Amino acid sequence: MGALPPAGAAKERVTVSHTRRSRWLAGAAALASLSLLATACGGSDSDSGSGDDVTLRVNLFGKFGYTELYKQFEKEHPGVKIVETAEGDLGKYNTVLTQRIAAGSGAGDVVAIEEGQAVNFLASADKFVNLQDHGANDLKDQYLPWKFEGATTADGSTTIGLGTDVGGLAMCYRRDLFEKAGLPTDREAVAALWPTWDDFIATGEKFQDGIGNGKAKFIDSATNTYNSILMQSADHTYFDREDNLVIESNPAVKAAWDKALEMDEKGISAELKSFSPEWNAGFKNGDFATIACPAWMTGYIKDQAGEQNAGKWDIATVPGGGGNWGGSWLAVPAASKNQDVAIELVKFLSSADGQLAAFKEVGNLPSNPNLYEDPALQEATNPYFNDAPVGQLFIAGASQLEPVFLGAKNQPVRDAVENAMRSVENGQRNASEGWSTAVKDAEKAAG
Amino acid sequence: MHLRDRLARLEISSAPYLFIAPFFVLFGIFGLFPLGYTLWVSLHDWSLLGGNEGWVGFANYTELVSDDYFWNSLLNTFAIFLIATIPQILAALALAQVLNSSLRALTFWRIGVIIPTATSIAAVGIIFAMMFSRDFGIVNWFIGLFGVEPIAWNQERLPSWLAIATMVDWRWTGYNALILLAALQAVPKELYESARLDGASALRQFRSITIPMLRPTLMFVVTVATIGGIQLFTEPLLFNPGANAITGGDTRQFQTSAMYLVEQAFTGQRFGYAATVAWILFAVIVVVSIVNSLLVRRIRSVD
Repeated sequence: MGALPPAGAAKERVTVSHTRRSRWLAGAAALASLSLLATACGGSDSDSGSGDDVTLRVNLFGKFGYTELYKQFEKEHPGVKIVETAEGDLGKYNTVLTQRIAAGSGAGDVVAIEEGQAVNFLASADKFVNLQDHGANDLKDQYLPWKFEGATTADGSTTIGLGTDVGGLAMCYRRDLFEKAGLPTDREAVAALWPTWDDFIATGEKFQDGIGNGKAKFIDSATNTYNSILMQSADHTYFDREDNLVIESNPAVKAAWDKALEMDEKGISAELKSFSPEWNAGFKNGDFATIACPAWMTGYIKDQAGEQNAGKWDIATVPGGGGNWGGSWLAVPAASKNQDVAIELVKFLSSADGQLAAFKEVGNLPSNPNLYEDPALQEATNPYFNDAPVGQLFIAGASQLEPVFLGAKNQPVRDAVENAMRSVENGQRNASEGWSTAVKDAEKAAG
Repeated sequence: MHLRDRLARLEISSAPYLFIAPFFVLFGIFGLFPLGYTLWVSLHDWSLLGGNEGWVGFANYTELVSDDYFWNSLLNTFAIFLIATIPQILAALALAQVLNSSLRALTFWRIGVIIPTATSIAAVGIIFAMMFSRDFGIVNWFIGLFGVEPIAWNQERLPSWLAIATMVDWRWTGYNALILLAALQAVPKELYESARLDGASALRQFRSITIPMLRPTLMFVVTVATIGGIQLFTEPLLFNPGANAITGGDTRQFQTSAMYLVEQAFTGQRFGYAATVAWILFAVIVVVSIVNSLLVRRIRSVD
């Protein structure tokens, strides 16, 4: 799953209860009187195996498309029951997960680790089961090499997670709005409009001219486009591979920042904040004509735009070649009391079959490169997106994937930079003030 | 003295302490201990995942003093607190007066005012965030009828403060009204009767009888509102749904101190620093509560 997960899109099943330790730690952070925190955390250990019956708690964010796979696993393992909790908002998911991993309880038996959190958790690898002790090394060739390395400590001795998906990039666009603006609608012709991001901006201006006084804008917001550009142009972003903050010295960051804000200056951005109600409504109302589209975004678009917009969206290749944005691993916390079954479930879900089933269900692009040759993936189309050949489109993006290193404090730094960018978009700051705020806040967030 | 008598005596002298002990034991575990532990954490470099990373003394405190975002959050907290609490208590007082008169279906109205308090805060947050939405919110539609341009309620500072204060007041005015109503009903009718005989106007009666008689209750209401106001968290968080809600807007225009605390603890993963924020917040609440009680005490009791 991706770095920008569906807020509220997932079926949420929330389990709330308390364990002594997570409460204790929460109490340490908050004041006793700040009871908000104490009630906000917790989790249940009571599911631990009694007799043969085992309840596995799977803790995910957004959409992984595992419902059918759970049924299959339960059938093959009598007595095992799987309960999934899926949080819509990634930032919130990461926060709560970190908190529970730190507390040593309540995290569940299987958890999803998003790409931005991997380095952070690798620093506390002892909090997770080392999958190398359970045959992970034999599975190495099932994953893109950098995907396997991404959840392995620097010395190569510990692997905390097995890969699920990668976030191959594409560009989703509205056919009906393109037609209204007098642009081509055929996906090959559309892709030909924007080999580079500069072409993309020029197309945006043409779109705005063509659409006239209509409310629709070309892109949803600067931040989503910014993340796409950044993730495709660098082998590291805010932190170098020694985990030093390099936001100012890494030219890729400033270049992506400038390019994204240029789009706003040219008046082609709808300036909608990701996952806000307005942004969600924008999919349905056609407030924006394109959105940077990692594979996992397609499921989200379908949910938000709804059946009445089926066939209006389509997918073309992304400007600037491929890229990766998002993707996850599945891990087993060391605190799990059902580790053996949990490890089995992780292997099952991250296997080739599991990845393919998830792709069919929600469109998450497999991290298993052998599948890229598989006809089932090659020939896959998505009827919602006007039968776009999603298999080929995303494989094309994935073939050029470069692993991007994200530091331990990637999330808070990214939050700070996005906030600064939004403040420029909203006209609260000018571009240079925005950038110096971004740098200042990033330094603070990196600690 | 026989052993039995001794035991009986011991029972009489110690029983009250035993009866109140459960509260103090629980308070010790869930109140006092976390308070002390938080203080200890605040004196360390303490990361969420890594745990204790060494003693730093008061370094966190000196950092906090020069932390603009903390002061910003404190300003927001107090601004929202004042904008919310003053009208809230005045409205609650007025509401209590009305509910104290002889209306038809009095119980219905009295229950009615408490309903907002009983609704889920998450639902309130979501509904209000939609009502104050820039593009399709009912508030912007309404002010549009008078020719006012749409306001981006969650982008600008004062509008966001107002919107959040509205949310707080909607939930808590009724609750305070009921508490004040209970106090109003305890005011002896004879006082009003004799005041009327002396020719005191309704306003004069309100000022010289009602308010002084309500003093202890007002003190309670104001103190509770203060604690709630300074810890304000959920309303501003839900007012800004979507990515990165914890910063309370792109320029932190409505991030309260409690939100800043959570941001530092869980997004920034700096437990030690967050503990420092918690302690300073605690100190602020104590100071403000003392100031409040001094102010309310200036209202004269009826002699």
